[in-house]
Amino acid sequence: MNSLSKDSSTAAALAPDAKSLPLRIRDLTVAYHRKPVIWDIDLSIPAGKLVSIVGPNGAGKSTLIKACLDLIPRSSGEISIYGRSYEKERKRVGYVPQRESVDWDFPVSALDVVAMGTYGKLGWFRRVSKDSKALSMRALERVGLADYAHRQISQLSGGQQQRTFLARALVQDADIYFMDEPFAAVDAATERAIVELLKELQQRGKTVLVVHHDLATVPQYFDWTVLLNMRVVAAGPTEEVFTQENLRRSYGGKLTLLTQAANEVVQSR
Amino acid sequence: MPELADIWNVLLLRDYNTRLVVISTILLGCACGLMGGFLLLRKRSLMGDTLSHATLPGVGLAFMLALALGGDGKSLPLLLSGAAITGLIGCAAVLFIREQTRIKDDAAMGIVLSVFFGAGVSILGVIQTMPEGSAAGLESFIYGKTASMVMSDFQVLVLVTVCVITCSLLLFKEFRLLCFDETFAAALGWPVKFLDILLLALITAVTVAGLQAVGLILIIAFLITPAAAARFWTNQLARMLLLSALIGAASAWLGASLSAFFPRLPAGAVIVLVAAFCFIVSMLIGTERGLLLRCLRQSHFKKRMGRQHLLRALYEILEGGRVSEELNIRTVPFRQIRGRRTWSDRQLRDCIRRACNEGLVEAPSKVDSILLTEAGLAEAAQVTRNHRLWEMYLIEYADVATSRVDRDADMVEHVLGEKMVTRLERKLEAYRTAGSLVPQSPHPIHLGD
Repeated sequence: MNSLSKDSSTAAALAPDAKSLPLRIRDLTVAYHRKPVIWDIDLSIPAGKLVSIVGPNGAGKSTLIKACLDLIPRSSGEISIYGRSYEKERKRVGYVPQRESVDWDFPVSALDVVAMGTYGKLGWFRRVSKDSKALSMRALERVGLADYAHRQISQLSGGQQQRTFLARALVQDADIYFMDEPFAAVDAATERAIVELLKELQQRGKTVLVVHHDLATVPQYFDWTVLLNMRVVAAGPTEEVFTQENLRRSYGGKLTLLTQAANEVVQSR
Repeated sequence: MPELADIWNVLLLRDYNTRLVVISTILLGCACGLMGGFLLLRKRSLMGDTLSHATLPGVGLAFMLALALGGDGKSLPLLLSGAAITGLIGCAAVLFIREQTRIKDDAAMGIVLSVFFGAGVSILGVIQTMPEGSAAGLESFIYGKTASMVMSDFQVLVLVTVCVITCSLLLFKEFRLLCFDETFAAALGWPVKFLDILLLALITAVTVAGLQAVGLILIIAFLITPAAAARFWTNQLARMLLLSALIGAASAWLGASLSAFFPRLPAGAVIVLVAAFCFIVSMLIGTERGLLLRCLRQSHFKKRMGRQHLLRALYEILEGGRVSEELNIRTVPFRQIRGRRTWSDRQLRDCIRRACNEGLVEAPSKVDSILLTEAGLAEAAQVTRNHRLWEMYLIEYADVATSRVDRDADMVEHVLGEKMVTRLERKLEAYRTAGSLVPQSPHPIHLGD
């Protein structure tokens, strides 16, 4: 009797209540033109983790994120955000698309872009209120761009544009964030600012999934890692998952250079 | 030539015969400018062209249908509905080809545009041969026939303009996000497809309503040109749209009035030419992105750089040549400055001439030497100091510096703050050999010959 109750409690610990799981993916397959991009993805992300999604080019990292956000149709599978469909929980989700996905020549200011993060909570036809503007301004301050609020976005540097996108996600005030390569082509100062921001989000109990390219910084920045190459090669706490063996399994022959990076990482531990 | 008084009467809408036509085209211009702004920013300009060309078969088919139903075929609502329907079918065909095959956007549009237009011309040809129907008047949809606009055209245009303005006002935020970041809009759960279709529907309405006025070949110019012109003047979407609508309306007003005097000039063409004129003017003198402005900024920047180079060269020569107390003997031979940088004689003389005019240097006699004035020395010291501080900053903070270095800032402190500057100055002290007005350069200075 005693052992039985013990068993069930372990089972409960292993499979926590679906509602507390920020993201749970089961059996996800996405295909473009009959060619599968990601197969049979099974993934559970516990709350409050900083998660890196790494894998070679074409591994389906962006596709995975887009599928989670219902931006592309999935061929099979189920995705739940806090135990419910994305449609029902989308107000708890923040999104940072790839920087190149928009035209930075568009006639809007940095503040306008950040205020777009409040659009989800605004109704149709409603204008951005003063409160939302103040909220957006504070988000810009947090990413260190307060002085640039009224600049047209093409006058910002690449790193500043990336931080503008992050500020927009911040005003979404979400519980789980999906970020598509926020570290792509940013300078060291921006990278540091972004990492600080991510850690701050984590401290506030948020879950953040980041598509990341720089293997060398994975153990330093992220405590949870998903290695992806069309399927999930490994997922779990970074120190368990981020091994040379797993890296080789996800990157295959492309790893010659990367092995070195991984070695350095292992040694530095 | 028309009398001046007549011209005024038309321009001020006093002339009864032209009043309706001019007001109608002004409304159209306003609606076109507004929708053109979204079309341009959505990068769908060519889609608009496809849409307008694809209206022709609809006009012909609607005419035939009306004949078959026993009318005279010239029922405006029927013709315009036909135009809208085939126009939208054309757009759908482009989307279908793009999504389902590997043919790219531009090719898909090219194919659909010409095929639909060809079909339209053939249908008009068939109508021509039909005994009961003279297709007379239908060609006006191709080239436009502004002068023949009547009350019903006016009513259609009022309706369309009101719709377009209302939707733009109500859905400003929605259309803006749709045009800027469609993916984000979709992630927010917005019905992106619906918004896209609504925008397309509005553009179709404007296009179809404008067929009579400017014709299906030219309507695209009327949609895009005012918006493109407006973009040169502002970086704000709301202002750009307003300006675009104004430019559209003004082009329409001028163009339609002009063609009222010269009946052989088709109004559509004149309106488009006026809009093109606005575009060229905007491109040249636009206050945000005009070419002239860019040239001015560049030449201003060059002059400023030249001046800073000259002052710094002078200062460093003086500093290197003598001890600091003797800085008041401030003549420097021309060839020595010439050797400091890669400037040509002419460039250097230009710099010196401008500095002379600003009272920074003096060239007392015709001998080849120049003299720093009191003001010149002060500014030279400032320029040199700033330069060295920035260099030091770049050396010390290489990882963050690139995004912050602002050589053009008058005071380094404004960008970096007092504390940082004090730190940098202390660092520079290490390089100092003798006391001088400004911190030492962090690297050996190459002296001219």
